[in-house]
Amino acid sequence: MKNLKTAFFAAAIALATFAPPAQAATFRLAFQGDLKSLDPYSLNETFTHGMLGNVYEGLTKRDKELKIIPGLAERWEVAEPTRWRFHLRKGVKFQNGEDFTADDVVFSADRARKPASDVKTRLPADVKVVKVDDHTVDFILSSPNPILHYEWDTWYILSKKWAEANGSAEPQPGAGQQQSYAALNANGTGPFVITEHQAGVKTIFKPNPKWWGKPEHNFEEVIFTTISNDATRVAALLSGDIDWADPIPLQDVERINASANAQVLQGPELRTIFLGFDQYRDELKYSNVKGKNPFKDVRVRKAFYLAIDENAIADKVMRKAATPSALMISPLLFPLSKDFPRPKADPAEAKKLLTEAGYPNGFEVTMDCPNDRYVNDEAICQAVTAMLARVGIKINLLAQPKAKYFAKILVSGGYDTSFYLLGWTPGSFDSWNILANMYRCRDEKGVGGNNNVGNYCKPQIEEMTNKILVESDTAKRDQLIKTAYDITQNQDWAYIPLHQQALAWGVSKKVKVVQRADNQILFYWFRKE
Amino acid sequence: MLAFIIRRLLQSVVVMLTVSLIAFTLFRFVGDPINQMVGIETTAEERAQLREQLGLNDSVPVQFSRFVANAARLNFGNSYQFKTPVIDLIKDRFPATMELAFASALFALLVGIPMGVYTAIDRYAILSNVFLSISLIGISLPTFLIGILLIFLFPVTLGVLPSFGRGEVVRLGFWSTGFLTASGLKALVLPAITLGLFQMTLIMRLVRGEMMEVLRADYIKFARARGLSNRAINFGHALKNTLVPVMTITGLQLGSIIAFALITESVFQWPGMGLLFLKAVQNVDIPIMSAYLLLVAFIFVTINLIVDMLYAVVDPRIRIDTKVA
Repeated sequence: MKNLKTAFFAAAIALATFAPPAQAATFRLAFQGDLKSLDPYSLNETFTHGMLGNVYEGLTKRDKELKIIPGLAERWEVAEPTRWRFHLRKGVKFQNGEDFTADDVVFSADRARKPASDVKTRLPADVKVVKVDDHTVDFILSSPNPILHYEWDTWYILSKKWAEANGSAEPQPGAGQQQSYAALNANGTGPFVITEHQAGVKTIFKPNPKWWGKPEHNFEEVIFTTISNDATRVAALLSGDIDWADPIPLQDVERINASANAQVLQGPELRTIFLGFDQYRDELKYSNVKGKNPFKDVRVRKAFYLAIDENAIADKVMRKAATPSALMISPLLFPLSKDFPRPKADPAEAKKLLTEAGYPNGFEVTMDCPNDRYVNDEAICQAVTAMLARVGIKINLLAQPKAKYFAKILVSGGYDTSFYLLGWTPGSFDSWNILANMYRCRDEKGVGGNNNVGNYCKPQIEEMTNKILVESDTAKRDQLIKTAYDITQNQDWAYIPLHQQALAWGVSKKVKVVQRADNQILFYWFRKE
Repeated sequence: MLAFIIRRLLQSVVVMLTVSLIAFTLFRFVGDPINQMVGIETTAEERAQLREQLGLNDSVPVQFSRFVANAARLNFGNSYQFKTPVIDLIKDRFPATMELAFASALFALLVGIPMGVYTAIDRYAILSNVFLSISLIGISLPTFLIGILLIFLFPVTLGVLPSFGRGEVVRLGFWSTGFLTASGLKALVLPAITLGLFQMTLIMRLVRGEMMEVLRADYIKFARARGLSNRAINFGHALKNTLVPVMTITGLQLGSIIAFALITESVFQWPGMGLLFLKAVQNVDIPIMSAYLLLVAFIFVTINLIVDMLYAVVDPRIRIDTKVA
């Protein structure tokens, strides 16, 4: 008996000695939302794109500073303004062993534009994708487009053979009854493979030994879990059950920074939070002003702008985790942003403007606000309500969960709002996206500037937007954009940009991460001690 | 007995139809599912197309009858967010909820009954007062608060027990169990206590009350006069007679443990059906919501049916009544 025990002990010690060195690590991360589908074309959402960016790759990639770099395409050139040639990387294999070729690119371009795809905007609808040889592809455009490839880092390339063999040649249509293979399985070319995926519970990533690049991470396993409850997510981070958590509620930042295990990494995000007005109805739907629309008067819009003290919001409501913004785009994405200082709050001037406009006693209007979408969204709206009350504007605040809020104010609800708070990130990281979505005229069905909720509309801006789309000279293009912003913001006061909210990642002190401003979680750049 | 069961089964069908009808009418007010399914840049036409495909443009009666017809064949459609059949998702989550419910019911019984007996017998002991104070906490604090407090006490401050999730699970056919791994068992402790605390309190108070009643009864006095040992009296005679109401309550509470596990599940990120439902509400995932509500109604109805039948088994008077009827 005693001998047996000794032998057992010896065996245990031997095992312990021969265990591999603790170099390779398991990285555990938790996000508030689910990784809903593994099909990279089924949901156009930053989080999904980021997670799948560890498995799938596009022709281009973006580096740690968001600069466009080669991905599955080694290089490319604009042969003619309407013909782009992409030279594909050779020797790249999909995770199931198939070779990556031009056929896959042509196939992916078609698939991305299928009816059920949510990433149709990645490619112009009429672009022709032509295979020149196995490793060369031409994109033939109907008009020049200098930002053709700006969003291609999240237009991921799927294997044609794999998708067709598994009945996933098209993204899963919304109404389908059958299981979609591509929604539950992944086959990319990227640094990680997905070995287990339980939708809404847990996803396990392992390094891809066949990856063409050189890994910077030291993970042997990455485990993603959803933790939707804020308090639980923070507790899991503090107790060391997870290494990374996002988002961290602002009120927990100090507590985490004071803890032994973890810290909060805050950085500027690209999303701009702003207020918008209904500028097209002849009478506001939700106001006590009858027979006319006060927001059609530029003086009223300017008065609203000047009445709101954004610095106070950034300081108090956002606890400094926000950068006040003069434009509808983040300064990281537009080099001439520095020419636009943010006008200071001036309630006296605001009051004067309101009086000039014929509202000496102010008026009443309902404000639509989400309460679970952006950081402290409802609190921002409450602060705005209080600030506008100082100049005599009575805001009836209607704060609702995002599911109801978006259904009301966006096209599906018939743009049913008079005054609202919204956030916007330009998917292409470029001003054209802002102009096209926020400043182009639209009709009732949303054709045109689909997300121009208040329908700010000016033919001059329309023309400039079209010019900006095709202008290939960067300096000229930037000047055009600057003029457009000058008109819309400084003359027309079309929107009230508030701030860019800060990212707040909770990170274990053992982990080194790269926090990119677009909040994509690319853990192939992370390391754990 | 057979007539009784058939009558109850018919009633159950009516209950379930009513539940699904109410649920279905409510779905009109939770928001637009399309917004949760597509990115913000999706155009109006594409959204309209999707609405048409999903049949959201049909009238409520049409949608409802389609749903009932499909549900009768156990076809609940595809989840809007996960793009997989709802029935698969629920099958996947079902074991997690059931194991949690089972563990907390077990906890409630194994701790609640002895505590009840003890506080009934040694009414003035200090420990009795401690137990009663604990039971006050269990009754008065809301579940999510208890969960958060436990998380901050054990995983965060003391560094023991996991703060979320289910640990490692073992797959046994269609069932995934956390009972067979150390991490699975550890992960079960806090959620089971959180979920079971209220039931435990209830059972303890119930047992205590019943025991005190029974201990005053004549036959207990006779038993004492006969010189039976305390143990034989307390456990052999008194406790046995208190168990009928305890059984009823436990049975009925099992239903609510399963149905209301969703709060505990969301605090501990327990991958069960309740959490699935909660997320579905946020994302307006109508197929999941309707399937879940129907399932919960089904569980309640079944448990009630079983309890009713057990009554008949345990209590001969009910049996005789039904025979006469």
